[in-house]
Order: sequence, then C-alpha cells, then structure tokens
Amino acid sequence: MEKQGTIQLESVFQDRIDQDIRIEPRDWMPEKYRQTLIRQISQHAHSEIVGMLPEGNWITRAPSLRRKATLIAKVQDEAGHGLYLYSAAETLGISRAEMIDQLHSGKAKYSSIFNYPTLSWADIGAIGWLVDGAAIMNQVPLCRTSYGPYARAMVRICKEESFHQRQGFEILLTLSRGNKAQKAMCQDAINRWWWPSVMMFGPSDDASPHTAQSMAWKIKRFTNDELRQKFVDICADQVKILGMLLPDPDLKWNEARGHFDFGPINWEEFWQVIAGNGPCNKERIAARVKAHEEGAWVREAASAYAEKQQTKQTAAVA
Amino acid sequence: MKTYITIQYYGDYGDRETAKESSGNLPSNRDWPLWEVFIRSKMGLDHKHVGSLHAADAQMAIENARDVYTRRQEGISIWVVESKNIHASNPDDSASFYDPADDKVYRHPTFYELPDELKAM
Repeated sequence: MEKQGTIQLESVFQDRIDQDIRIEPRDWMPEKYRQTLIRQISQHAHSEIVGMLPEGNWITRAPSLRRKATLIAKVQDEAGHGLYLYSAAETLGISRAEMIDQLHSGKAKYSSIFNYPTLSWADIGAIGWLVDGAAIMNQVPLCRTSYGPYARAMVRICKEESFHQRQGFEILLTLSRGNKAQKAMCQDAINRWWWPSVMMFGPSDDASPHTAQSMAWKIKRFTNDELRQKFVDICADQVKILGMLLPDPDLKWNEARGHFDFGPINWEEFWQVIAGNGPCNKERIAARVKAHEEGAWVREAASAYAEKQQTKQTAAVA
Repeated sequence: MKTYITIQYYGDYGDRETAKESSGNLPSNRDWPLWEVFIRSKMGLDHKHVGSLHAADAQMAIENARDVYTRRQEGISIWVVESKNIHASNPDDSASFYDPADDKVYRHPTFYELPDELKAM
C-alpha cells in the first residue's frame, strides 16, 4: 500500500519536472533526488570556498591597486557564492555544520581545479578566463535546474561571474601586449590551466553513470561532453585575440562536425587529483581547517554576546 | 476543522533544521540561527525574499545580509526574520486550500461579454 503511494508520488513528481514546474523545499521528492542535489550543491559550495585560496594567494602581490581591488572583490564574490549555495543545500535537510565537517574530513569533494597551484600573476588571468569560463558554461544552464532554491542561487551567481571572466581575460590581454617575458608568462599560464579546465566538466559521458538520471530530473540540463565541446569551441576562438596558443596539437576545426576536434584528456591525472593526490589537495584542506579552527573563538564570542544582549533585553522588559 | 498553517515550516528554509534541533541530537545547533533575508531594491517596491544566512543576532544578520546580498547596490532596505518565526501554508494541502478560488471565473474582467464598440472599459 505504502509502496503504491510512493510510486504515485513519484509519477506526480516526474510530471511536474517534465512540465518545467520547479520543485520547492517542502514538496515531496524522491530520496535519491534529495541526496543527489545535496551532493551536487554542497560540492559546488565547497568549490567556491576552496576556490578563494589559489586566488587569495595573489592579493598581496597584485601588480597595481586596480588589480588588487578587483581581486579582493572577486574573492569576496566567491565567498558569497559559497554562502548562496550552502543555504540552498540546507533547504534539503543537511546542516551547515555537517557540510563543513564533510569538506574537512574529505568525505565531500570540490572541483579538482583548485588543487593546482597559482605560480605567477598570469595564473590569476588564466583562472578568470578559463576556470571561471568553464564554470559559467556549467552554471548558466543550472539557472533552469529543477530545484527552485538551487536555480535561484545560480541566477545570482551567474550575474556576478561575468565580471570574473572579463577581468581575467583583461589580465591576459594586458600581458599578451607586454614585453617578451610577460608574453611568455601569459602563454605559460594558459599551458598549465588549459587541460585542468577542460577536465572541470567531469568524466566523459560514457564514464558518468548518473548523467541519465540527473538529466531526467533536470538537475543537469546538458551532459559533460556537450558542455566541454562548447567550452573548447569558444576558447579556441578567444585565444586568437590573445595571440596565444592552446596547448593541444590536435586542436583543429572540423567542418563536418561544426566543432573543434581536440586531443585526448589525461583522465588518469583527473582521477588522481580527485583521489586527493593533486599538487595542492592537502594544503587546501589544511588551510580550510586552520581557518575554521582559528575562527572558533569568534563564533563563540558572537553567540555569547547575542545571548547576553537577549538576557539584558528580557530583563529590561520585565 | 483542518489547519492549513503549520509553524516552523517556512517554504524555503529552515524547516528540517528546526525540526532536528528540537529533537536535539544533531550537530546543527553548532550553527548560528538561520535568518531569512528580504530586500527592497528601490523605493516604491516591496521587500522581496532573496535568501537566507546564519547569524548570531539580528544586527549581525543585517550586516551579513548587506555583505552577501547587496554587494552591487541591490538594496536600499533590508529585513531579516529568524527562519523559525516564519509560518507557511502547507503545499500538501494546496488542492483543497486554494479550491475556493477555482470556480470563480467571474472574478476576472474577461468573463463578461460586451460589444466591441464599447470603448474605454
């Protein structure tokens, strides 16, 4: 009897999804939909938070006040994006504390891209252009994802990301018009960030077993490979404006497909980084844990202060 | 008589967290309380729900809301309400709850058939 009830609820649920009616927090949803969303949204939130670290590395060394102010604003935006997403995930029944624990223990993942180091100032440009570019490619379709709070968070994030990408391209453009050393720095950053950015879209479709279900639930609107192709096509054109090259000898226009062909992706590297063996995995988590632990007294003090004020107010009323 | 309003079940946020806190065995009480944020984007418009955040008290909630939701001049006024104080209708009752309006097409101006030559109405 109960099982039959669930089947009926599931068909009503799928029906709503098919009609593009958003699901809101208190609506019935299959447990697996809820879990998939919690995993995806919290991973996304963690990526925003961890993503502040490689860029924060260059705030004190930005080459001008303009660049410094911009970078601070960008990093602050990433913090904001993390908060929008944590809030969206919380509507699904997981607490903020649980999510933070999962990040710190390594149970929850974040985008593998943030486990690469930022070795030169040009990396800040490459991150803006390529990493944020790939993120935007992923995120724009998510503005229409089936879960209301997630979609609303994505709308807000996408509005803000566009400045991130533009400022990154501007950094590279400036370097590309500079002296020989600056040009070399620009090309070097593109060389190092290109393939990790291409990997950001995740495993290829045949190695991505959850894609079909996520597409049916409209949690995902395009497959990893579709988005990756779109990204490659756009970047292959944009790089010409920089007068630089993408580090892929197989990259060439395929008239028949109407797309750029590109070389094989080093999936071994991708899985190694996901598994925790990237260049900076340990450093990133250690930095997050340290910040969290060293901020404990601030959180406690704020709670104590709030409690004290409340007591005072209650006493005054009495 | 059926109650259509449930407390601590605000549509967007906080419901499950509050429920868990009252059962008391989850780590969620390590978080500061959850607040819903409403922003008036310009004079003449309503405050609109924009999201939520955690803060120790109302003052901090307003300041955090400024930093999180108005970094690009999106607001001129902020309301914050602790999520647990929001009462909401129950979506499971939607069919019966909104039923009274379903059969009253005569509340809409298009229900009335009038000649085309009638102007300015």
